[in-house]
Amino acid sequence: MALENADIEKIAILARLQVSNSETSDYANSISSILSLMDQMQQVDTDGVEPLSNPHDATQRLRKDEVTCDDQREAFIAIAPASADGLYLVPKVLD
Amino acid sequence: MTNKTLVQISKDLAAGEYSSREITQDIIADIKARDSIYNSFISVSEDLALTQADAADARFAAGTHAMLTGVPFAHKDLFCTKGHATTAASKMLQDFVPPYESTVGQRLLSAGAVCVGKTNMDEFAMGSSNESSFFGAVKNPWDLNAVPGGSSGGSAAAVAAGLVPAATGTDTGGSIRQPASFCNLTGIKPTYGRVSRFGIIAYASSLDQAGPMCQTAHDAAIMLNAMAGFDVQDSTSVQQDTPDFTADLNLPLHGLKVGLPKEFFGPGLNPQVAECIMAAVKEIEGLGAQIIDISLPNLELSIPAYYVIAPSEASSNLSRFDGVRYGYRCDQPTDLMDLYCRTRSEGFGTEVKRRIMVGTYALSEGYYDAYYVKAQRIRRLIKDDFARALSQVDVIMGPVAPTPAFDLGSNTKDPVAMYLEDIYTLSANMAGIPAMSTPAGFVNGRPVGLHIMGNYFAEAKLLNIAHQYQQITDWHLQTPTSNGMPVSNTEKGA
Repeated sequence: MALENADIEKIAILARLQVSNSETSDYANSISSILSLMDQMQQVDTDGVEPLSNPHDATQRLRKDEVTCDDQREAFIAIAPASADGLYLVPKVLD
Repeated sequence: MTNKTLVQISKDLAAGEYSSREITQDIIADIKARDSIYNSFISVSEDLALTQADAADARFAAGTHAMLTGVPFAHKDLFCTKGHATTAASKMLQDFVPPYESTVGQRLLSAGAVCVGKTNMDEFAMGSSNESSFFGAVKNPWDLNAVPGGSSGGSAAAVAAGLVPAATGTDTGGSIRQPASFCNLTGIKPTYGRVSRFGIIAYASSLDQAGPMCQTAHDAAIMLNAMAGFDVQDSTSVQQDTPDFTADLNLPLHGLKVGLPKEFFGPGLNPQVAECIMAAVKEIEGLGAQIIDISLPNLELSIPAYYVIAPSEASSNLSRFDGVRYGYRCDQPTDLMDLYCRTRSEGFGTEVKRRIMVGTYALSEGYYDAYYVKAQRIRRLIKDDFARALSQVDVIMGPVAPTPAFDLGSNTKDPVAMYLEDIYTLSANMAGIPAMSTPAGFVNGRPVGLHIMGNYFAEAKLLNIAHQYQQITDWHLQTPTSNGMPVSNTEKGA
């Protein structure tokens, strides 16, 4: 399946990426050839085959809802690119 | 100190030939002197390493040392190291200093091992040639015009160049085995869930698995002993007893059933690589193994299915890089959307952005069933192929890659050509079975690895076979010289 430049622009927004005009055609070409590779899958009949998401068919292990480690808020906020008063800073969301 | 095996260094330390501080200082000096040739390290952690070395020397003085105490190693720069930069070879994490240690790192530190630095890799482990690193490509010590393989290319080059005796790697679609093959090393990808993923920056969580890259199977077994084990902090860690992976190394191979899948020897395989592999299989037959022709009919589908599943999981995993909590943040964001989009566009490299977009597309409305669910169904067909094959044979052998290491720059323009290089390695990750590479010869001076795959939790069996093969061959003892031609190294051996 061939993608147009407009498709790349739409996917980039979904992926929260900004793709420059000069990159758009390159991505359209390379991702189109990757999608052609993927289309090989459609030749195989997989009706009735259960999708496999974990190699051991394992399900999520549950644990008791209790505190298991110390509060490390300061260590984690210290590595944020922008913070104040122990809070993460982001651009203004509401006027 | 270079090219000594981990076993040899461990013996020397125990015998007091030198202290951990002395070998650590020598290794760091050697990295500083020689690594400009290979670019295998992103950073050296000298202060932390010397602190760890002093602690190791104190354990020797107190008589509380173990096999890995005082032994230097390097981490792929995907493992979080507390207090030392962890970059995933990306601009996005160029200045990221993790506030915690990965479980694997903590286990190695508890064993007394000394981490001297962080090795180069493909950005976020996405690549088969180590050319997508923000910190530049890595050169193969066997031939400086060749790639070292990827994504754990820096770990492979560092061990092959004799800079460190061992390094950690991760393998999502072949990223331990292919660089091990290209650099003449022993590397093992354990069973999915055998080694904790906690603190390893995630690429594709249902496929990612960490393992050691070393000169010998014996060294790899010792490293794996420290690295493996159940971890409550990894939700897919398996609750299985961890055996002593060195215990079975000396078992004879008599009666071993080895399957050769015809799909591993098709037209895409370089004939000289095929010769090396068949010669290795013959040697193993000579040790009493029985060779049986088998089939893995869905092998070829592992490429499209992998390149749907891995980018899909990556697009989800890498959504955490938002410029808010850690990592790179763009200048002067005007609003939230601008913060996200510019941070991610400026922070990620081309291949990472491509895979995020492929994954985003495959998971988007209207395409989810045709791509993602279809790939998961094919994943089950691949698992079933292995189950059938491994009910007939004990292990499966073949090549790790269709060619020896290719030239730097030869595949960078065409991502699909690069993806096709992964044909023999992807299926083990899809099924979750353990698989390894062991040195098996050379083609025009470039190494070739023998691929050994086994059933779930059969790592000890794979290491046993590689060790027995290494007792009757000397491929693994050869080391590169500056002109890239193999020479025998009589100092080695364990």
